[in-house]
Amino acid sequence: MNWLTNFIRPKIRSLVEPKEVPDNLWQKCPKCDGMLFSRDLAENLNVCNHCNHHLRLTVKERLPIMFDGGKYTRLELPDVASDPLKFKDRKKYADRIREARNETGLKDALTVAKGTIGGQNAIVAAFNFSYMGGSMGSGVGEGIIMAAEEAVRTKSALIIIPASGGARMQEGMLSLIQMPRTIIAVEMVKEARLPYIVILVDPTTGGVSASFAMVGDIHIAEPGATIGFAGRRVIEETVREKLPDDFQTAEYLREKGMVDLVVARKDQHETLARILNILMNKNAGSGNGKKSGGGNPRANGRANSMVSAPAAKGAKAASAQRQVRAARATLKKLGLPAGKKKATKRRA
Amino acid sequence: MNLEFEKPILELEGKIAELRNMSSGGGAVNIAEEIGRMTNKADKLLQQTYSKLTPAQKVQVARHPERPHFLDYVKEIITDFTPLAGDRNFSEDYALLGGLGRFKGRSVVVMGHEKGFDTETRLKHNFGMTRPEGYRKAQRLMNMASQFQIPVITLVDTAGAYPGKGAEERGQSEAIAKSIETCLRTDVPIVSVIIGEGGSGGAIAIAVADRVYMLEHSIYSVISPEGCASILWRSAAHAEEAATALKITAQDLYQLKLVDGIIGEPIGGAHRHKKETITNVSNQIEKALNDLTPWDPSTLLQSRRKKFLAYSRNF
Repeated sequence: MNWLTNFIRPKIRSLVEPKEVPDNLWQKCPKCDGMLFSRDLAENLNVCNHCNHHLRLTVKERLPIMFDGGKYTRLELPDVASDPLKFKDRKKYADRIREARNETGLKDALTVAKGTIGGQNAIVAAFNFSYMGGSMGSGVGEGIIMAAEEAVRTKSALIIIPASGGARMQEGMLSLIQMPRTIIAVEMVKEARLPYIVILVDPTTGGVSASFAMVGDIHIAEPGATIGFAGRRVIEETVREKLPDDFQTAEYLREKGMVDLVVARKDQHETLARILNILMNKNAGSGNGKKSGGGNPRANGRANSMVSAPAAKGAKAASAQRQVRAARATLKKLGLPAGKKKATKRRA
Repeated sequence: MNLEFEKPILELEGKIAELRNMSSGGGAVNIAEEIGRMTNKADKLLQQTYSKLTPAQKVQVARHPERPHFLDYVKEIITDFTPLAGDRNFSEDYALLGGLGRFKGRSVVVMGHEKGFDTETRLKHNFGMTRPEGYRKAQRLMNMASQFQIPVITLVDTAGAYPGKGAEERGQSEAIAKSIETCLRTDVPIVSVIIGEGGSGGAIAIAVADRVYMLEHSIYSVISPEGCASILWRSAAHAEEAATALKITAQDLYQLKLVDGIIGEPIGGAHRHKKETITNVSNQIEKALNDLTPWDPSTLLQSRRKKFLAYSRNF
């Protein structure tokens, strides 16, 4: 039966039936339910153009956004014992690893890459949430240590982008022990006086948020990202009260003083480039303000990195104009007279 | 509090007490022999039971409310204890206590989780579940230890960091992360003992040490067996299996080379023999401190790092 249903039937189906419409042509925004055309969504870096919700990105989608010109080199993760506890719940951990590897094509939940950002050497270590919830075990810990050592060796900034539910339970205490291990890693970068910047994306919780992710020189967060120690449900059960809607969001953490900046995806490269230049290129002449990177083709066509002040103003005005145009188009689509809103505002 | 698996032992002990009562009442029957026989049996049963506790049973023993707590240890082994309070930012946190004192003559900073002894004190100490202020106080005390170059002793006994609204708002994650970072920067010997429950981030926040020991029936885990079961088995009813799979006992973790040693508990567990347990812990701490003294601050930090970096590479 298995062989018939799993192998033969799909084979026949693929020969006989017409090609299905790829189900990823359109998708719904998980936040506002707005319909999103996949190509538009990809162009917009997976950000909903209705409500600005930042949908999750895979590492493959994210890395090009981070580096100058979208160019980077991936570094192989070190080998570790993959299942030292021989852990088994309803499923063997060894099988879970195999499945995650097959699904993502990745060795573990972390990808390390090097390149330049704003012309400065940078190592980026990014979590892949789709690999077992981005959980941290020995493999991820070793990856972060390698990233830090590489940063020190090549005098690069270290940028870590956690997207993780926390420690990987299936490795027991070996996962908990990654908390001090990853902090040792970033200590090495700090001692070398190189920048260590964390970009907190959705979600960053548990043992990951309570270790390397919260000891950055600078904490940048993506809009709307969930960042916290304990899960919302656990807290609600403990304190027996309803938590505010924006509890544990990036914006909430910024208000509470745990995050320096909340930066939209399309502006992250520019922000990083500016910060890295200030921290790593300390004696630039006054003319250095202009161009620092190779440009980022995916950054929505927006002026990249360091633009001189008047140019930045121009870019800002242009983007504001674009936003107004887009708003008008939306209103039109909804059958509302564009400009009416403005008029009401004026009257008020 | 009675543990389920101790029932046969407790029943025997009950009977023995009854017989003793009868004989002291001056009854005609000579039952001394019977008492002796039953006492032997009870001892044997206790020894048998405690020599092969399952991980799930160890969880119960580790959480036993009558196990010696931080304040019991301080009372017995620290002289001139001077408790120090507050994180200098927000408040005092009674879930994590600490201060200055002398351990066998030498000056130390001592700190640990305190779960409380009865309803009133349990509430006061928040059942040993620390808020950010507690971890920030721990950082302050560790920095003080560095400043005056005196060793640090930490006693770990917590179900975990407190999952509350205020705790999140005031940066529970950051407080734990910084506490670990501070452990790694504290350039004096740190000796940690898991005396009961070593609950996840809330435990390791003060247990990044040169020597980490566990009491024979203590546990140390990334997540509670109940929590793990409800996530991975989708039901907390599988907590027993989770307790085994997670390898949380002192024996498992010693075998995995994640702790430096196991401190024996008298037969029947620490909750039956507070004083002896405390003495055993005290002797081990003394040995460790003798071993680590004198120290060169930077060498000490380097070897602490090396020790933790080696952990995932041992297999």
